[in-house]
Amino acid sequence: MAELIVYGIVLGSIIALGAIGLTLVYGILRFANFAHGDLMTAGAFIAFFLVTGLFPWLGIPDTTFGSLSFGWRMALAFPIAMACVAVVSILLDRILYRPLRLKRSGSVILAMSALGASFIIRMIVLILWGADYRLYRPGVLRPAIQLPLEIKIRPDQIFLLLVVLTLVILLYLFLQRTKMGKAMRATSDNMELARVSGIDTERVIIWTWGIGGALAGAGGILYGIDVQLHGGMGWNFLLPLFAATILGGIGNMYGALIGGLVMGVAQQVSTAYLLPTYKPAVAFIVMIVILLVRPQGIFGGRRA
Amino acid sequence: MEIEGIIAYLVSLAIMAGIYAVFALGLNIQWGYTGLFNIGIAGFFCIGAYTSAMITTPMPTGVYAQYVRQIFGLNLPFILGILGAALACGFIAFLIGYPTLRLREDYLAIATIGIAETFRLVFNNEHWLANGPRGLMGLPQPLQGLVDPRHYNYIYLPIVLAVMVVIYLSIERVIRSPWGRVLRAIREDEVASAMSGKDIFRFKMQSLIFGSMIMGVGGALYAHYTKAISPDVFTPLYGTFIIWVMLMAGGSGNNKGAILGAFVVWGIWIGAKFLTDFLPYTLKARAPYIRFLIIFILLEIILIHRPQGLMGEEKRISKMID
Repeated sequence: MAELIVYGIVLGSIIALGAIGLTLVYGILRFANFAHGDLMTAGAFIAFFLVTGLFPWLGIPDTTFGSLSFGWRMALAFPIAMACVAVVSILLDRILYRPLRLKRSGSVILAMSALGASFIIRMIVLILWGADYRLYRPGVLRPAIQLPLEIKIRPDQIFLLLVVLTLVILLYLFLQRTKMGKAMRATSDNMELARVSGIDTERVIIWTWGIGGALAGAGGILYGIDVQLHGGMGWNFLLPLFAATILGGIGNMYGALIGGLVMGVAQQVSTAYLLPTYKPAVAFIVMIVILLVRPQGIFGGRRA
Repeated sequence: MEIEGIIAYLVSLAIMAGIYAVFALGLNIQWGYTGLFNIGIAGFFCIGAYTSAMITTPMPTGVYAQYVRQIFGLNLPFILGILGAALACGFIAFLIGYPTLRLREDYLAIATIGIAETFRLVFNNEHWLANGPRGLMGLPQPLQGLVDPRHYNYIYLPIVLAVMVVIYLSIERVIRSPWGRVLRAIREDEVASAMSGKDIFRFKMQSLIFGSMIMGVGGALYAHYTKAISPDVFTPLYGTFIIWVMLMAGGSGNNKGAILGAFVVWGIWIGAKFLTDFLPYTLKARAPYIRFLIIFILLEIILIHRPQGLMGEEKRISKMID
């Protein structure tokens, strides 16, 4: 059980990266971005292309760091892929969502547009890479470290937790200390008020998409390192992402972090009693319970 | 291909388009008239198909019982299968609507996705329920004995079209009643309708249940057309989103548009298959993804450039006023 909880925290920290981006966008633009899971897929596969396609071609050596399962190729691919997903999500906003915003379409039309975008991303990934499961480094031995309480954990997973922690701290500093971060929080509180105070809300929106996309991309790559890659992985993340966002309260970044961890632990612990394929259903049941008991989320957040 | 083959092909195409039109009509009640964002049509599709399948097939006996397991098998006629499918879907709709219809509109969307995924997982993993991933086969078809099985489609097409027309006429009737006008009022302005003393939750719930029952009928029609169902049919793509594109393309809030959209988008979907047949052999396996990519790019273009669809909403609000 202790081991499942640790694995749950690992999975939960990946969910949290997605959920934080989702909740930022949700808070500022007020629509359910159903494409968020597929931004994770996009990140994972862009990194896959770099690690297995471009970098070997450029002659970057295939090293590994200590007992981790990856090396310089992934270390370079990680930030590049994050930046690429940020660009993808900003482009989606410019091409698809902004015209709808300007026409004052309802949030449901925007959500539908996001659903369309999610399928467009997924179909492009499936056309380019097919429906097979992929690994960044096939056939590598994955030694585990033995911890007390019969917990086995791989070095990759410890690294993964550290990366998530670093990204969350960076985001916290960005939101608290920088001018753009403050503008983002102001816009999330009240867009009209932010606009009359002279905040360029269009720029805030671009930054929000960029950060949300980059975090989603990071989450996707980390999942790829920890488990495997598949064109449909983003779809499986969709329910836990929304459950975490609703649990934490929409627009509440710290809530999304906690919500993500809770969903990760809930999903992993459920595998002790249910088939692992039921994980999305577990996320769904937890979400329904939250909606029935406390629809505004555990930490408040925006009115439901 | 000979002329006979072409006609047979067109008939099979029209049957599937007709079945999809039933789904689009059901969705039109929920989305087109009430503004409910149901993106779990596949869940109702699945429940409708399985319910009707199990109502109309007998419980497997003898050797079969070792290979096929299902929770019940009633061996009743087709018409009861359709009714049962509608009732089951109505009940499921009530269960989903209860926690979500009082909340923001996008919560219903997420909940319906969740229920659709959950049903697919349950039918896939629980062998005792309906034979797991292998699904149910050999479903009976109405008026089966009348013709050679090879020509059965010529009988099934009129059945599908008749069901479609009955549903079309009944929606047209109710949507022009005071009840239908309340639905549209809720879609346009929830607060104003509540101020006029309408119980928003109840009307939304009725709309969700009514639309989902029609989707159940669609699921039953599908099950008895293909004679075999398994959980992998009810995926989000084939079971939900293609129907959304149909309704958006045809014109939400317009029943004729819903039917037109189903036939047009199904035509494009099949037409794209002819195009992808020209692809090199290595890309053949990925052809469905290319077809879906075309369909979803079409959706984005509609949303931005022609949100009213091909036909747009009809302005006629009552049969009393012309």
